[in-house]
Amino acid sequence: MSERLTALRETIRQILPQVDGVIGLKTGPAGIVAPYLFKPGHPEMLDSLALWPKEPVPDTLKIIQKAYPNARLAIVCRGCEERGVVEMFKHAQVSLENLTLIGLQCVQEEALFCRCAKPYTVHARVTVGSPIAGVPDPLTEAFAAKSQAEKLAFWKEQFQHCIKCYGCRNICPQCFCNVCALEDEKWVETGRLPLPNPSLYHIIRAMHMTAKCVACRECEETCPAGIPLAIHFRLVARDVKEMFHYETGAVIEQKPPQLLTLEEGDYERSGLP
Amino acid sequence: MEYHNVLTTCPYCGTGCALHLQVLDHQLVGVLPAKNHPISQGGLCIKGWNAHAFVNHKDRLQTPLVRKGGKLVTATWDEALALIAEKLSALKAESGPDSIGVFASAKCTNEENYLIQKFARAVIGTNNVDHCARL
Ligand code: SF4
Ligand code: SF4
Ligand code: SF4
Repeated sequence: MSERLTALRETIRQILPQVDGVIGLKTGPAGIVAPYLFKPGHPEMLDSLALWPKEPVPDTLKIIQKAYPNARLAIVCRGCEERGVVEMFKHAQVSLENLTLIGLQCVQEEALFCRCAKPYTVHARVTVGSPIAGVPDPLTEAFAAKSQAEKLAFWKEQFQHCIKCYGCRNICPQCFCNVCALEDEKWVETGRLPLPNPSLYHIIRAMHMTAKCVACRECEETCPAGIPLAIHFRLVARDVKEMFHYETGAVIEQKPPQLLTLEEGDYERSGLP
Repeated sequence: MEYHNVLTTCPYCGTGCALHLQVLDHQLVGVLPAKNHPISQGGLCIKGWNAHAFVNHKDRLQTPLVRKGGKLVTATWDEALALIAEKLSALKAESGPDSIGVFASAKCTNEENYLIQKFARAVIGTNNVDHCARL
């Protein structure tokens, strides 16, 4: 791990003078890690550069680019974070212009922790570490092998523990709607406790993550109830791949299947009023 | 252009979950959980996730209010604290220290709760100390 850290530090040190800032992770008080914007002129901050635990940095990029659309930025991203940035670009949440991707390749123990199929970056031209192969996801495989009734029973049991913290939605860099369907009064009346079995919440979110989830597992990591949320997002992603030949983060030019784009004249040709 | 995170403790209950306040150019822009914190381990409840919301809320009191002629009017801290001291002293002189009780809060830090019981016992002279979490 420390060799990768040294290499990453050196890479950022070289890039810093050419940009306005580099988004990475920094160790703070008591060894707690958080996203940080490293600035040229302050290379000493790189002494506290951190690798792990990973953080939802695509969202940090969005926050900074929203305030500074023309800033020249670089971002340290792992495979899932690169996929996150690419998908957010397709949905006009972040810009790839003036952005340097610094690909950080994950090591075996990180991939096993994440049950990750793609622990590597594919677009970043600057990379640190050597890419390794993906690992299986035993939880998702075990779930997929269950019968319909067992699957239902599994989620019913799991979702009983949900405290409706909205953490899985809040932390997800791919959840960025200005008005979130999950906050609709239909599901939770203001001033009332959420429904005892809030599985509708989870089904709605799973559907809304269609062709958006980048398998970063941030939702699962933040869940105080320990619900293995990535299982259903990954199975939705598997269906999207089979049905629409779409994989998040893979091809920058490929439009997500749920995005409807009209060419000049399409509307007239549709025959709609 | 500055972005950093400030590690702090959630102000909403006594559990003591850690959270990061995301700061962009000295403005509070959001909350992030603290993954490798021993207590909250990267999780938060809905209150912690919204712990930044009240900081700049328009309904938040920015100064003490003192009731004058049945109406709450803004006051300075010196004015408010002087009034409290005066009333507490008068009550204590009139009816004794046990006529006064002090309510601490599960939302305060240990240190703040320690200070308020110390204030009750050493300054006012009463053991009437309680707090909401005992309800
Ligand atoms: S999900 Fe994959 S790419 Fe992301 S941190 Fe884990 S191992 Fe790395
Ligand atoms: S794994 Fe979870 S947090 Fe990550 S993109 Fe998918 S739904 Fe969002
Ligand atoms: S993070 Fe877990 S407990 Fe919170 S809303 Fe999502 S599933 Fe429920």
